Amino acid sequence: MLSIRNLHATVDGKAILRGLDLEVGAGEVHAIMGPNGSGKSTLAHILAGRDGYEVTAGDVELDGKDLLALSADERAREGVFLAFQYPVEIPGVNNTYFLKAAVNAIRTHRGLPELDAMDFMKLVKEKLAVLHMSDALLKRAVNVGFSGGEKKRNEIFQMALLEPRLAILDETDSGLDIDALKDVAEGVNRLRGPDRAMIVVTHYQRLLDYIVPDRVHVLSGGRIVKSGDRDLALRLEEEGYHWVRDQAAAPA
Amino acid sequence: MSAVAHYVGEFARRRDTLPGAGNAWVDALRGDAIRAFEADGFPSSRAEDWRYTRLGALERKGFRLAEPGAAVDPDALDPLCLPLEAAWRAVFVDGRLAPALSHLPSGGDLRVTPLADALADGDASLGTRLTPGERRPPSAFTRLNTAFMGDGAVVRVEPGHTVERPLHLLFVTASADAGAASHPRLVVEVGAGASLTVLESYAGVGAGGYLTNALTRIVLADGAALEHVKLQSETDDAYHIASVDVRQSASSRYVHRVFQLGARLGRTEYDVALEGEGAQCTLDGLFLVAGRQHSDLRLRIEHESPECRSEQLFKGILDGHSRGVFDGRVRVHPDAQKSDARQTNHNLLLSRDAEVDTKPQLEIYADDVKCSHGATVGQLDDNMLFYLRARGIDGDTARALLTYGFARDVVDRITDDAVRNWVADALFARLPDAKHLRSLVE
Repeated sequence: MLSIRNLHATVDGKAILRGLDLEVGAGEVHAIMGPNGSGKSTLAHILAGRDGYEVTAGDVELDGKDLLALSADERAREGVFLAFQYPVEIPGVNNTYFLKAAVNAIRTHRGLPELDAMDFMKLVKEKLAVLHMSDALLKRAVNVGFSGGEKKRNEIFQMALLEPRLAILDETDSGLDIDALKDVAEGVNRLRGPDRAMIVVTHYQRLLDYIVPDRVHVLSGGRIVKSGDRDLALRLEEEGYHWVRDQAAAPA
Repeated sequence: MSAVAHYVGEFARRRDTLPGAGNAWVDALRGDAIRAFEADGFPSSRAEDWRYTRLGALERKGFRLAEPGAAVDPDALDPLCLPLEAAWRAVFVDGRLAPALSHLPSGGDLRVTPLADALADGDASLGTRLTPGERRPPSAFTRLNTAFMGDGAVVRVEPGHTVERPLHLLFVTASADAGAASHPRLVVEVGAGASLTVLESYAGVGAGGYLTNALTRIVLADGAALEHVKLQSETDDAYHIASVDVRQSASSRYVHRVFQLGARLGRTEYDVALEGEGAQCTLDGLFLVAGRQHSDLRLRIEHESPECRSEQLFKGILDGHSRGVFDGRVRVHPDAQKSDARQTNHNLLLSRDAEVDTKPQLEIYADDVKCSHGATVGQLDDNMLFYLRARGIDGDTARALLTYGFARDVVDRITDDAVRNWVADALFARLPDAKHLRSLVE
């Protein structure tokens, strides 16, 4: 479903991705792990279409469509969802207005009728319950005054509302206590399904105890240097990233 | 003919037909004003108060006092009015009260007297109530207003009364003459311990290109409270110059919100004197300009007694080649110990070609005070824009949402529900790409 071939990207002239290849099939959950500065978050942002990165080579296709040719909002309407590592606070913009705008933009693109206020609130309340979130958050400005955990729950709540084809979770576990981590994982697991692919970007394997991946990849120096099943994540936890880096550097 | 000679000539032609003409005190008031205007003329561009706002185009227009009798389609007024069930209503067409379009209380706690009637019937004591104090010399526009004032209202709430229903004063220019001028004058007197909400709004439905030169004088007795909302939504080719003078006695409370959205050149200046101990004022404002519009908001707040409090939040949104000016001066006099003064001004530039000058000023002559001020100028935040777009919201709607988000706290502060909703609608009608928003926030 998602196919990344030989992706090279730079930020301010500095190469961050250097020939990254990744295939994620429908229904699969892939974890991308790697040391700080390996390019994990850059990959997440490039897939979501953030400005400021220059793709110098390679291509990215979602369901055969050239993702790199689309703007960030077009990608989102095509079904790409990025759960932000640092969700942005937007003072003055009410959470409900924002969610309604997002849901209806995506529904319209999918050829579905816009939801009216009642159906929208019904959908919202149903998804909030899964994440143990209070509907008081709906009346507040987007992410303003939310605790770290509330912000992360809010990301997964949005994902549940928008039902993406491809979900990218950027360090969703960072800064979460164990209860929030379980709620977030529960929210994510409910969204696993044959029509959806997920990329879980994380530094620690802890999250993968709760969201069990089909494949684990290690990103280092802007490339995927090792892939395996979830045992790879456990081994990384024990031996650290040096082990993979040393292996990658060694002649085959 | 010079601009000054034009207005002096206009005055000579029209003075005998103005309301109250022939009343000695009215004639004297007008005569003094036009002579002072003739002597001093319009302010020079070197005057500090006019450094950023040039009057050349306004002076060249040579406005003529609007002729009475322009027809107004009541349906065209509907969107300009608060619903009748929500407010008392006084509609002024080209500066004159239109009784058929108005709905005012007859007797009771709130008295609204048409200024034209007061000028015709009143005595010299009314002259004092109409005229701002002498803290500083009257401006050219105040003088022109005094010379030409024809109508407006004297609003009075008797001591101790709480008026529940807001009073909406709508000033609409309907003249087919593209150079028409009106000089409305409004006096609001709230008695001791009384309270009132007033909405003062300005719009154009005629040829456009007109001048509104308004003067509002407010006097709050001990413990009086007034919430005063002003919506300036003139046509984009009009000129709107206004001055609001507020006197506050002990423990009175003045709350003002101004929305300056229209006019080619719009300027409102405020003189607020906290005369009595423990008086409080809150002034909030928003201006929204685009194209070649120019908006100028100026405050002069005088803390003259101890334990007074003043607070201001002003925001500006500028698009196109527009310009904005904010000048907020708060002065704490030597005896005004325990003063509390806070001022904030934030500006959002939506275009590279827009420009804003902001000048918060604090002058403190007392030593035991709490004062703060700050100003910012910025653009829409890229991180916020990306966040919204990453959720499928297109760029135009995302920018509109953020722009509305920047403006809305000023709107949300309006206490009266009907007034707040109505002002929000007026704002939507002016916001760039607001068509994307209406359906979202309803």
